[in-house]
Amino acid sequence: MATKPQAKPAAQSASGGVSPIPDVPKAAPASFVGKSGAQALLDILVEQGVEVVFGYPGGAILPTFDALYGAPIRFVLTRCEQGAGHMADGYSRATGKVGTTIVTSGPGATNLTTALGTAYMDSIPMVAITGQVATAAIGNDAFQEADVVGVTRPVTKHNILVKNVNDLPRIVREAYHIARTGRPGPVLVDLPKDVQVRLIENGNGEMNLPGYRPRSKGNPRQVRMAAEAINAAQRPVLYVGGGVILSGASEELRQLARKAHIPVTTTLLGLGAIDEIADADLALHMLGMHGSAYANYAVQASDCLIAVGARFDDRVTGKLETFAPHAKIIHIDVDPSSISKNVDVDVPVVGDAKAVLAELLPLVEYRERAEWFAQIGVWKQRYPFGYRERPGEILPQQVIDQIGKITESKAIVATGVGQHQMWTAQFYRWRQPRQMITSGGLGTMGYGFPAALGAAIGCPDKLVIDIDGDGSFQMTCNELATAGEYQIPVKVVILNNHFQGMVRQWQELFYQRRYMAVRMANPSFAKVAEAFGCTGLEVRDPKDLPDAIRKMIATPGPVVLDAHVSAEENVYPMVAVGKSLHEMEMGGMA
Amino acid sequence: MKKHIISVLVQNQPGVLAHIAGMFAARGFNIDSLVVGRTEDPEFSRMVIVSTGDAPTLEQIRKQLGKIVTVVKVRDLSDQKCVERDLLLIQVHCPPEKRSELGHLCEVFRGSIVDVGPRSIVIQLTGPEDKIEAFVELCRPYGIKALSRTGVIAVPRASQTENGSAEAPPRRKRIRTATATTPSGTLVLPPS
Repeated sequence: MATKPQAKPAAQSASGGVSPIPDVPKAAPASFVGKSGAQALLDILVEQGVEVVFGYPGGAILPTFDALYGAPIRFVLTRCEQGAGHMADGYSRATGKVGTTIVTSGPGATNLTTALGTAYMDSIPMVAITGQVATAAIGNDAFQEADVVGVTRPVTKHNILVKNVNDLPRIVREAYHIARTGRPGPVLVDLPKDVQVRLIENGNGEMNLPGYRPRSKGNPRQVRMAAEAINAAQRPVLYVGGGVILSGASEELRQLARKAHIPVTTTLLGLGAIDEIADADLALHMLGMHGSAYANYAVQASDCLIAVGARFDDRVTGKLETFAPHAKIIHIDVDPSSISKNVDVDVPVVGDAKAVLAELLPLVEYRERAEWFAQIGVWKQRYPFGYRERPGEILPQQVIDQIGKITESKAIVATGVGQHQMWTAQFYRWRQPRQMITSGGLGTMGYGFPAALGAAIGCPDKLVIDIDGDGSFQMTCNELATAGEYQIPVKVVILNNHFQGMVRQWQELFYQRRYMAVRMANPSFAKVAEAFGCTGLEVRDPKDLPDAIRKMIATPGPVVLDAHVSAEENVYPMVAVGKSLHEMEMGGMA
Repeated sequence: MKKHIISVLVQNQPGVLAHIAGMFAARGFNIDSLVVGRTEDPEFSRMVIVSTGDAPTLEQIRKQLGKIVTVVKVRDLSDQKCVERDLLLIQVHCPPEKRSELGHLCEVFRGSIVDVGPRSIVIQLTGPEDKIEAFVELCRPYGIKALSRTGVIAVPRASQTENGSAEAPPRRKRIRTATATTPSGTLVLPPS
């Protein structure tokens, strides 16, 4: 049995190797005149640097699939359009590039909506091309027709139906530009069948977006005010969200935290913005409903909260009225509508996190803040993340602890949604941006496995582990066929407690243990995996756990490890809905 | 709760109206009236949206509108002097003996009678919303048979450039309550 990860993560530079992979458009073709819509689409995909497309064919998108035949773009056939969307999303989160998915009209597009919503809530750059019935048939309730632009409007950053083939090159270019700039997000282009076939007669494909001007640099006056507030603060806390990951600002953030000497707490999507091992003295880990006690106490006691690329989500703030009641709040965000939406802000700075942090950096000064760090040290010592081992039973937290140790905190980790997701956030130690791939805003169960497949395709040199729940995994486990077909080397660990654990936890705590529709009669996940051409493993005894994890990592190709864990373990700390952030249930942890 | 007139310049593209209306619905914002029309440039249309809400809500409406890719410019006209007009067409029950009485009323409001039938007349009236509403109230006793209004359209006054009449919106207070603090003013946190 090998003991080393099969794929070694890329070497890390001294700075932590946090620079994002550049995603620069290549040179454009001279002219699109005379080309079909589908051919022009392919040209633009190549120009935009698209290397891989995830999707599923169908009647209304056939001309585009015909153009894909022999094209210099890898195509990954998924088993459902939802999986294609999550793969494009996972690919984007892991690489920083725009993920692309191509599916057909009607049910193809409606299956995709969950993936679009997931990407939209977490601001993930993605372009979805959907087939549509021919323009003449639109509105006639044609076969596989759906008002896709109407259906997907609330779950996309932008969407558009192409009615005239001459507009197609411009629209697809705009789609990629809109997806990757400003506050990123999914963009959908709906492409009628006849538009894919028609030949382009005119138009140069140049972008025309008079109303789209995302702001990059911060207002210098606001940046100065922020620096003054930071320098004057006795008990500052950096509250860091996914915006820092998206803008590739982790290095700037780390420098700021070190230079000004400020503790850092991250949201679920901000994990990896700071190296929790190298900068252990600054790291407060995750905050919020299932965040660390020390992060939540620090936020509540802080006199200056610096929010960077975060949006004051209700799972982060707890009861709004009493959130960070003593703090002056600085909010750095690229989206003006995020500022003062939930919590009124004292110093708003609209701008890209990377640019604004770079502007802020020379203006802040080092402060000892000995008392503040001493206080945080006491909280950290008294209320660490923890669990009580039980003989003969594998605890879910223990599995994540072990995976962290064995992978030396270097793996890319995807998760589904629920208890296993929170434990993963709590017990894995995050070191790199783009290391944690999880659905935060929409909370999409079934996200983890397809997203991990997309991440593995985007990062073939890295070890990708999907830490999943038995409930979540079964929502998209049809993609085992995709994993098996392409032998995508994702390692899936199912924390199998035969429950929808998080819902069960709430029923236990708030509904007197009246367990309604949360018990899961599961199949043998190992056998299921084998049937799909993957390797299936199982572990029940805590003694066998480290070896099982090592075997899983050492086995080539896709592997599913079914880890049978304690059935009724709860996630703590927990801030109940309606409670203030410092009013945590510790569940016997403290 | 103040009434706000928001002028929105949008790209003249299919789906823009649905996008804006959908955003208002999805985020629970009110629309009192919404008017769309062409502008001097065929590439752009102008929407005039009347909405009511407190200052933070209106701030969110402005920002959310600005986020829509096809929205080019958002301007809250209620912060400045502007000319606003609403157009009313109203069919009022009017037997021949009441014609002169209604005609007189119409003159006072500078409206005009645009159609006369044996038992009713149609009156056209333009003006700011409160004037239109006052006239409708006066017509009510006669019996309103049909009524249609355009909703407000508005442009800023030409004469307001010297004095930036726009009043700074009231500063929004941080949401805080006393329950977060003990009498001594510090949070109830675990003892250090």
